[in-house]
Amino acid sequence: MNADAPPAAPLLSLRDLTVRFRLRHGVEVAAVTGASLDLAAGECLALVGESGCGKSVLAAALLGLLPANTEVTGAALIGGVDVLAADERTLARRVRGRLIGLVPQSPAAHLNPVRTVRSQLHETVRELLDPPRDRLPGLVRQAAARASFPADHLDHHPHQLSGGLAQRAATALALVGDAPLLLADEPTTGLDRDLVDATTGELRRHADSGRAVLIVTHDLTAAQRVADRVAVMYAGRIVEVAPAADFFGTPGPRHPYAHGLLEALPTRAFRPIPGMPPELSRLPDGCAFAPRCPHATTACHEQPPQYDGLACHHPRFPLPEAAGA
Amino acid sequence: MLELRDITAGYGPAAPVLENVSLTIAPGEAVGLLGPSGCGKSTLARIVALLHPPRAGIVTVDGERVRGWRHRAPRHLRTAIGITFQQPRAAADPRLRLADTIAEPLRACGLAAAAKDRTAELAEAVGLTAELLHRRPHEVSDGQLQRACLARALVHEPRWLVCDEMTSMLDASTTAALVATVETYRDRTRAGLLAVSHDRDLLTRWCDRIIQLPPALIATSR
Repeated sequence: MNADAPPAAPLLSLRDLTVRFRLRHGVEVAAVTGASLDLAAGECLALVGESGCGKSVLAAALLGLLPANTEVTGAALIGGVDVLAADERTLARRVRGRLIGLVPQSPAAHLNPVRTVRSQLHETVRELLDPPRDRLPGLVRQAAARASFPADHLDHHPHQLSGGLAQRAATALALVGDAPLLLADEPTTGLDRDLVDATTGELRRHADSGRAVLIVTHDLTAAQRVADRVAVMYAGRIVEVAPAADFFGTPGPRHPYAHGLLEALPTRAFRPIPGMPPELSRLPDGCAFAPRCPHATTACHEQPPQYDGLACHHPRFPLPEAAGA
Repeated sequence: MLELRDITAGYGPAAPVLENVSLTIAPGEAVGLLGPSGCGKSTLARIVALLHPPRAGIVTVDGERVRGWRHRAPRHLRTAIGITFQQPRAAADPRLRLADTIAEPLRACGLAAAAKDRTAELAEAVGLTAELLHRRPHEVSDGQLQRACLARALVHEPRWLVCDEMTSMLDASTTAALVATVETYRDRTRAGLLAVSHDRDLLTRWCDRIIQLPPALIATSR
């Protein structure tokens, strides 16, 4: 764990990412606004927030998987490539699978149902590594082993696998290209407790082995288990970034929204945040959380600046001097 | 009292998913059902909601034995039990506006006249605005759609409510809000509850007692 210091050069440097969807009748959806993040090798960052806050869109933007009516601005540097500016050819040849590996939300739906796991790994290995023919079977077995996928299940079809094994098969595919950044989009949704533990354990292992891991999730318990740092997203903006130990332990989150989200957990107050998140197609001018915020003041009519990893006019407490993150 | 006695159930010619399971839910009682994936939680929930016929065993609702499983359980018993499902996207008709989703069970029972008032009342209880009621499922979030599905489950004022993984797709705040809605309803009506989940923390907080199903019979017999 490297929770104490922001390590040297970030592996992923995301600057001012803004995503807009243009719909008919001049409607514009502000899915992501001004998101900036740094992620170092060996670090695991959890991006948390309510459903529909734009966190999955952020992930899709990194992989260039957004539809054609999208406007993306900002920069996302990974290994010297700005993946937001890259064209489809660069994305296909250098980014997807090679710089960024995707661990999908529901592996059962992500895997091809009519082909065996071996055949899918085969294809991915050939595409990404292009090895000599005779080395292919060995590389396929290695790829499976890296994600702890049992070799005797390689000739099974996805429907013959349990949820946990399907997850490992999908992870094996994500690991083939030895990508330095792993992107996990809601990896624990709908899984039972044992599988959540197994999945978060694997992701933690990949971070410990030197990869950068970005987990997009609404499952705070899973985030707590695996993350070094937490980024909280609300209405398309990152409103707080904090070390996981501070965020989930003491002193706790600084943003009132993050505090409300934690207090909604059944192990805490089990009290919902009043109201619902705003529509991303008509956000208020000021702080988007102000209408639901118990501490909102007139200052909240203006957008709070992002400062010290926090965007709020009235944080719950000032940043402790020493931390400086 | 809702009672299941020695229930055996399964699908097709395969080995049964549940064998000799008994369960009682008293009025006003909240029972949590916990277990790993594939252990038969949802099958049991569907039997309690009278949607899946058991192979053997007896279900009674307030002393009345449920008959006619081969076709459908009698309407007056089915409407006494409401159910919400895990995936709102799969549980709501994509063509219906949320208002019509909520009112559909009333219309199906020839109570369309009451639909408008009842929908408005329930929408307020689950926290949906009038504007959201006019949208279709693809225009709302998972959380908003699940709120509509909960309203639909309450539309007949059921005496029992079955929440099958109602919140496992949802974030913490929406989860707490939906549970609070269910509890407000139960405080008023003394309805019984069967809450199915794999989240022990949630059920511990929510329910009076918890039943743990063993791992799948299927898995052990294979």
